[in-house]
Amino acid sequence: MVITGVGLTSPNGDDLQQYRSNLLNGVSGVVNYSIRHVGETLAGVCNFDPLRHQKRKEARRGTRAGAVSIYCAREALKDAGLAAESTHIGGHARDRVGVYIGITEHGNVETETQIHEVAQYGFDLSFWSHHHNPRTVANNPAGETTLNLGITGPGYCLGGACAAGNLGLIHGLQMLQLGIVDLALAGGVSESIHTFGIFASFRAQGALAKHDEPARASRPFDKARNGIVVSEGGALFTLERLDDALARGAKIYGEVVGYYVNSDASDFVLPSSDGQEACMRGALASGGLAPEDIDILNTHATSTPQGDEVECEAIRRVFGASPATYVNNTKSFIGHAMGAAGALELAGNLPSFDDGLVHPTINVEELDPACEVRNLVLNEPVRPARVERVLNMSFGMLGINSAVVVERYRG
Amino acid sequence: MSNEEVVIAVKDIIATIAPDEDLSGLALDVRLRDQIELDSMDFLDIVMELRKRYGVQVPEEDYMQLATLKGCVDYLGPKLAGKQLVQTAAR
Repeated sequence: MVITGVGLTSPNGDDLQQYRSNLLNGVSGVVNYSIRHVGETLAGVCNFDPLRHQKRKEARRGTRAGAVSIYCAREALKDAGLAAESTHIGGHARDRVGVYIGITEHGNVETETQIHEVAQYGFDLSFWSHHHNPRTVANNPAGETTLNLGITGPGYCLGGACAAGNLGLIHGLQMLQLGIVDLALAGGVSESIHTFGIFASFRAQGALAKHDEPARASRPFDKARNGIVVSEGGALFTLERLDDALARGAKIYGEVVGYYVNSDASDFVLPSSDGQEACMRGALASGGLAPEDIDILNTHATSTPQGDEVECEAIRRVFGASPATYVNNTKSFIGHAMGAAGALELAGNLPSFDDGLVHPTINVEELDPACEVRNLVLNEPVRPARVERVLNMSFGMLGINSAVVVERYRG
Repeated sequence: MSNEEVVIAVKDIIATIAPDEDLSGLALDVRLRDQIELDSMDFLDIVMELRKRYGVQVPEEDYMQLATLKGCVDYLGPKLAGKQLVQTAAR
């Protein structure tokens, strides 16, 4: 199964080229941000134009997550050279195309907005919108995408907290393997910066980043890191069977050669080195790979004091004896894009197969000794001897872990 | 509110709900749904906006009264009497 197209919107880029360029040049997408009840804070905000692919009425009726999904889906198809026609999508019958979108949560934005609205009218529920249910159902982002593109195959979301971006990709791959679909649009999205609750909850937990300079707030592995920068965004991939991609002469970004999903079963919010280690080893085993076969390990690290430390412990256990493996982090640029994180972070590393570079983790002024791992790429890109495989990790609350391995397609 | 203002009020609401539509040539006595793309959810939006902007409650059994602009004038005219015209749609 191969990735042949990438559609994305990130706080520092609305296409892969711009995004990659900013990841290599140290350009952050974190800005000052204000949201009701919370007030001034920081966030990663996307600047894509929803009206590129939606009518104004469609955008008004739908959700932010729907708009992100539609944008990413259309851009992924375009990038893959697959035309969206009324009867076929990229030459495939509309019912043979699937949409699989990972989400951390969905519906909080709309629910908060409606409560805010009826509060203006003394909680008279005759002012509660009839749009509430279609906007808040868990399949909304995928469903809006099927409506926009006229896709009649399976389209739904996978709830996986902040591991969800990888889940979308993994599920799309499985549906291709099962023969359920012939083309999958798969990845993850997030609109979380539009719900005050997520900021308030991280703040209550002592896990919301603070910094006078927004671009320096998300700083995984740095000694002075103090929490998460919440971001929005999305990345969807076109996934196809290798034979189909070769038959049409498609550009192949990479082949998905391994994956694993597991659960810590240990805590609601605290991560576990044991669970993460098992996840990484599971992904390697699924592809018949050894740690030294991985050239880039993209970490999940969110810039929280404890989370980064726990992850680094797991990395040392698995990759401590692997001098070939370089370790980086994308959240240092874009913050934590929640359900989009896994997919966006994988997308940001796929160009390494072409440019041969490993993008760094930025904002590390003083490396926390507890976060020392071999070949951590600090602040500037490096060019290793080879880049053949990327392992992308994403973890989430309630102890869900996910890992995906993508390999350069060698033809 | 005059009859002309009732038409302006309703068209302003429709312009908010169906921003892609050209409302300049809407006929008074032809069903709105036969002239522009409006579905049942849009219609509920119109009822909601009347409630929010003017405090006018339209019970379900009266929805058909709003099928045309002329019907809107006849039905809403008395309810909007004395109310101030609200215009919010982007122009």
